[in-house]
Amino acid sequence: MNGSSPLLDVQEVSLTFKNVAALSRVTCRVDKGSITSLIGPNGAGKTSMLNCISGRYTPTKGKISMDGRELTGVPAHKRTGFGLARTFQNIALFRGLSVLDNLMVGRHSRLGYGLLASILYLGKARREETRHRRRVEEIIDFLNLSPYRHTIAGHLPYGVQKKVELGRALAAEPQLLLLDEPMAGMNLEETEDMARSILDINEEWGVTVFLVEHDMGVVMDISDHVIVLDFGRVLASGTPQAVQTNPKVVSAYLGDEDGLYKGR
Amino acid sequence: MSMHKCGLFYTTYAAEDGLFRSRFQKLCLGLFLAAMLALPQLVDSYAVSILNLILIAVIGAVSLNLLTGMCGQMSLGHGAFVGVGAYGAAILSNAGAPFVAALLGGGAISAMVGMVFGIPSLRLKGIYLAISTLAAQLILEYVFLHASSLTGGANGLPVDPPQILGFAFDTDARIFYLILAVTALCVLAVTNVSRTRHGRAFVAIRDYHQSAENVGVNLFAYKLQAFGLSSFLAGVAGGLWSHYTMYITPEQFSMGLSISYLAMIIIGGMGSVIGSIFGAAFITLLPEMLNLLISSLGGIAPDLSAVIVPMKEGVFGLMLVLFLIFEPEGLARKWRLTKAYWKLYPFAY
Ligand SMILES: Nc1ncnc2c1ncn2[C@@H]1O[C@H](COP(=O)(O)OP(=O)(O)OP(=O)(O)O)[C@@H](O)[C@H]1O
Ligand SMILES: [Mg+2]
Repeated sequence: MNGSSPLLDVQEVSLTFKNVAALSRVTCRVDKGSITSLIGPNGAGKTSMLNCISGRYTPTKGKISMDGRELTGVPAHKRTGFGLARTFQNIALFRGLSVLDNLMVGRHSRLGYGLLASILYLGKARREETRHRRRVEEIIDFLNLSPYRHTIAGHLPYGVQKKVELGRALAAEPQLLLLDEPMAGMNLEETEDMARSILDINEEWGVTVFLVEHDMGVVMDISDHVIVLDFGRVLASGTPQAVQTNPKVVSAYLGDEDGLYKGR
Repeated sequence: MSMHKCGLFYTTYAAEDGLFRSRFQKLCLGLFLAAMLALPQLVDSYAVSILNLILIAVIGAVSLNLLTGMCGQMSLGHGAFVGVGAYGAAILSNAGAPFVAALLGGGAISAMVGMVFGIPSLRLKGIYLAISTLAAQLILEYVFLHASSLTGGANGLPVDPPQILGFAFDTDARIFYLILAVTALCVLAVTNVSRTRHGRAFVAIRDYHQSAENVGVNLFAYKLQAFGLSSFLAGVAGGLWSHYTMYITPEQFSMGLSISYLAMIIIGGMGSVIGSIFGAAFITLLPEMLNLLISSLGGIAPDLSAVIVPMKEGVFGLMLVLFLIFEPEGLARKWRLTKAYWKLYPFAY
């Protein structure tokens, strides 16, 4: 890669459930400013990897650090403070809240006032709400979610809900954005729209992206770096071109050469 | 020629966020408050006493709605938390504390007890949490009954009517204003919470606790805060109750009370502040309505009233089931629909 420093550093991470090894000694890194993709067949351990990073799972062995600070052992709710935000493979929105409020919750850890200020809702709380509301409105505009601003998230169509998830993660203004299959179940138009958004987030806002995705066309198109996982092990890692032509990947991941599309 | 806007447009976020968004809404609230203030002068003291009970029930319902409707933490022990506040405030008041201090003290004691019984919520969800709060209900009832040196046990505990700066709130009409003011403050508090950081975090926990954690909500801390704030307000309702009825006994704060608070928020609308108010009014008025029905039928068909009287409990249950089936979002939804219709009247399309 361009010799830049790693934002996320995963060292020898293993994760075992009872007798299933979801991850075995995974070592990989995500460079600052890059779009790095994690691919692999179903059950390869991609979501497990993201869960270890975001703190839902605790690795059985190994270390994860971000920007030189150790993440392992930090409770999940404190990891936003490290500049980490994520989306989920299955939509995990706050169904009863409006789009606006979903994004405001996404910003939760950036708001500082306490319960008493919430109860009184005077000066400080009011000013903070307005200031953060302004920022959230920018994100809503950026993702073209304006028409749905006040719609209850649970009432939105699937593709829009996926975008709201992205918005909620963005609202935290993370350094590193973990995306778990953001295009899954989307049609071609929605997929292109999502890919465009991810590129913009990366280029304009300087957010580093760690992407798990099955759509090879998109992955090869937008990634700077690709990591291939198979049965919980890193099979290959490198530029999209290098990974695509890696014989190990070609045979193990897809069985035959024709299965892997070469970009779009 | 003048034009009239056919919708609501806001030019600042603060305006859009306001509680009463149009001049019409402000006018309605003003009229409503004026009517409330004039009411004790217009109706008899029995009607005022019912109003007082409704207002106290509103605090109980709105506080349970914060915990169960917004934060998704089921509680079958809310009646007992109201009881803790009732006894706490009564004991403080009997020991010579001024009314306001006794009321806040009762709330604080209830908040602490609520937080202790909220600890299992970190591990327990749904029906399991409901059962653990049921245990809280039973334990607290036991304490009310058996800590007789403090609570008077089965004999109950007498309390003097509230006094503030030498003014005694010793009639239904006088205490009405006091209860109205406290209720308004409690409702405002919950409304504020619901539209700010903590309320959003509560709903986030209810809707998807894993995502809530990933956006930085400390689940344990926030669940405890929900239990704490909810039981504080329940305790305040209890303090008003004991000072208003001037005599409390353990059976007033039994399982049945917890269930009627649940009925209020189900009928009113889960998670809705205005729904809590409707629900509290509805459930408190239900027995009155039945009495009215029975006495008016008594003239025409005395036999019928003999059938209806024992069915009161059944009617209560039946209403609950009908609401669960036909209007699961409660009266709050009806209110929203009505409001949406009138907002743009006559240009509603
Ligand atoms: N909570 C869990 N308990 C037990 N086993 C688990 C758990 N989570 C994941 N696994 C197992 O770990 C392995 C990796 O699963 P994971 O969800 O990480 O795969 P994935 O690469 O995200 O697959 P997909 O492409 O289908 O999303 C699977 O064998 C799965 O059954
Ligand atoms: Mg997965």
